[in-house]
Amino acid sequence: MEQEIILKKDRQPFSFVKPLVAKLTPKFNRGDLLGSLKKTGITVISILLFIGLWHWGAKALYDVEADYKIEKALTERGAEAAAAERACIASGDSSCQPNTLPSPSQVWASLQSLIADHKIIKADKAAFVEKMAATNAKLTAKGKDPIVYTGRASFIDIVFTSIRTVFAGFLLALLIAVPIGIIIGLSAPLRSAFNWFIQVFKPVSPVVWYLLVFMIVKTLYIGDSTDNAFVISFISVGLCAMWATLVNTAMGVSSVDKDYINVAKVLKLGTFQKVFKVILPSSLPLIFTGLRITLSVAWMVLIAIELLAQSQGLGLFVWEEFQNGANDSNSKIIVAMFVIGIIGFLLDRFMLTVQNMVSFNKNEAV
Amino acid sequence: MAYLELNNVYKTYGEGTDSTEVLSNINLTIEEGEFVAIVGFTGSGKTTLVNLINGLLKPTSGEVLFKGKPVIDTSHERGVIFQNYSLLPWLTVGQNVYMAVKEAFPKEKKSVLNQRVRDYVDMVNLTPAFNKRPKELSGGMRQRVAVARALAMDPEMIIMDEPLGALDALTRGNLQDEILHIWSKDKRTALLITNDVDEGIYMADRIIPLKPGPNATLGPEFKIAIDRPRDKTALNDNPNYKKTRNAIIAYLMDIGEERKSVSATEYVLPEIAPKSFVA
Repeated sequence: MEQEIILKKDRQPFSFVKPLVAKLTPKFNRGDLLGSLKKTGITVISILLFIGLWHWGAKALYDVEADYKIEKALTERGAEAAAAERACIASGDSSCQPNTLPSPSQVWASLQSLIADHKIIKADKAAFVEKMAATNAKLTAKGKDPIVYTGRASFIDIVFTSIRTVFAGFLLALLIAVPIGIIIGLSAPLRSAFNWFIQVFKPVSPVVWYLLVFMIVKTLYIGDSTDNAFVISFISVGLCAMWATLVNTAMGVSSVDKDYINVAKVLKLGTFQKVFKVILPSSLPLIFTGLRITLSVAWMVLIAIELLAQSQGLGLFVWEEFQNGANDSNSKIIVAMFVIGIIGFLLDRFMLTVQNMVSFNKNEAV
Repeated sequence: MAYLELNNVYKTYGEGTDSTEVLSNINLTIEEGEFVAIVGFTGSGKTTLVNLINGLLKPTSGEVLFKGKPVIDTSHERGVIFQNYSLLPWLTVGQNVYMAVKEAFPKEKKSVLNQRVRDYVDMVNLTPAFNKRPKELSGGMRQRVAVARALAMDPEMIIMDEPLGALDALTRGNLQDEILHIWSKDKRTALLITNDVDEGIYMADRIIPLKPGPNATLGPEFKIAIDRPRDKTALNDNPNYKKTRNAIIAYLMDIGEERKSVSATEYVLPEIAPKSFVA
């Protein structure tokens, strides 16, 4: 019977085309397609709902603020002033706009103005570099420092400063927490010796870490006029964020599957081999889980620390805009908020991908 | 002098009043080139016995002698095939075997070691899966990797702790033949721990039942006087086979009954129900 079926198939003239066509057509399972459409649809709808709610809320707050302004003008300066105030608010003049939660459209406009501002500054910078090229060449020839652009930083520059700070802090956390975690994970006495230290310092607030780092770095930089805000902020970020990695690494190293340890013993691996060939690979998934938490914590505490350290990043940007109190300050703050959120989300996705790459299925009996 | 000797071995876990004696008064001698099977119920302390012989555990009292010297640590002379394969999941088949080979022959050149890895992977018919990770292999294939890893170190004695326990009957039969084939080639000494009487009779020269623990101890040995190579299908008609098999099973049933009567104490189970996470 089976033989017959095969023979029939062979007689078809274009039988070889079928698998080829199947290979070339993208496999769109109807269910899959519907499922992914549904998922995207739900996300889009929820985003629209969020923006709508935000718009409505901002409008309500705006009205409250506007009414108050008009009422105040009426009671303090009379009916004429109130009418003038109402007309002024309606005209959209920047001198009398109610200052409250900005609407989505205002935030969008601010984002565009920030990008336009970045283009202007970039052009400025390029012009400056061009103008100074000859002078700087002479200066370097004489062995002096070249003149660099010291104008105001654009929003994009600020974002990159923040990202640099986070990565420097993350790297510092990695270099401190992973080796220490491995060492205390390997030795039970060291683990109990370090335990109080971890328990005491883990819950310390970012602000206090900043002050602590500031005390030390300030002394180390005595007599040095260079700006140490970046150094202070990245060290504070690193120290704040390293605890998750430290604890997870220690736990991963100390709880390696007993079977693997037995294998290492039966193969008679040396201590070095045992650590690098068996213990570390088996605890990598936990170490990466720790690193992922560390990166997200680093990004979260960054804003507060940059604000305190006066480091030219998003934290300082947010604070300065708040202090500034200009008409579009509030919407710029919201722009910064979204940028922070989206970058944090992307960083987390990136770490998740790396984590999945190094993980193996631990639950499976191998 | 016996090749492997266990004299009055006791093994206790825990201390003081909480201690339980798992093995008591174990006496065992294995001659060079012999294939010995130890058959016992689950939970009778078989794995503890294996770990005492391979050096992962030390006896509470008594001595374990290998070639006349006390076993104090693991050794490359005794290759172990674990019950749960114990392959390192982040390494491929080749890398798992290579790791063992490199430890066993630290002075050899890399090319020689690589050739050795390929030979042994080929011997267990896993060359197509050479670069696969354990996760991608079936249970039988994983166990074959474990066999290749243990044998590639060229041990003088192979210790197998229920190596085929988790496999289906067909794969089990194939692997039994493969292990026997490898064993008969250079007649290494072999110790097989199993819960399958038929497997013991098919593979071993001697079968020793382990009386169930706590206080597990070895029972009288049964010699298997069937010529090698043994044929599985012909075995069923062999009167000798039937006799031995019945004798061993009768013995095991007897001690099973004995255990039941000994542990007649009724345990009161606490009244617990699984917690519902849904409600």
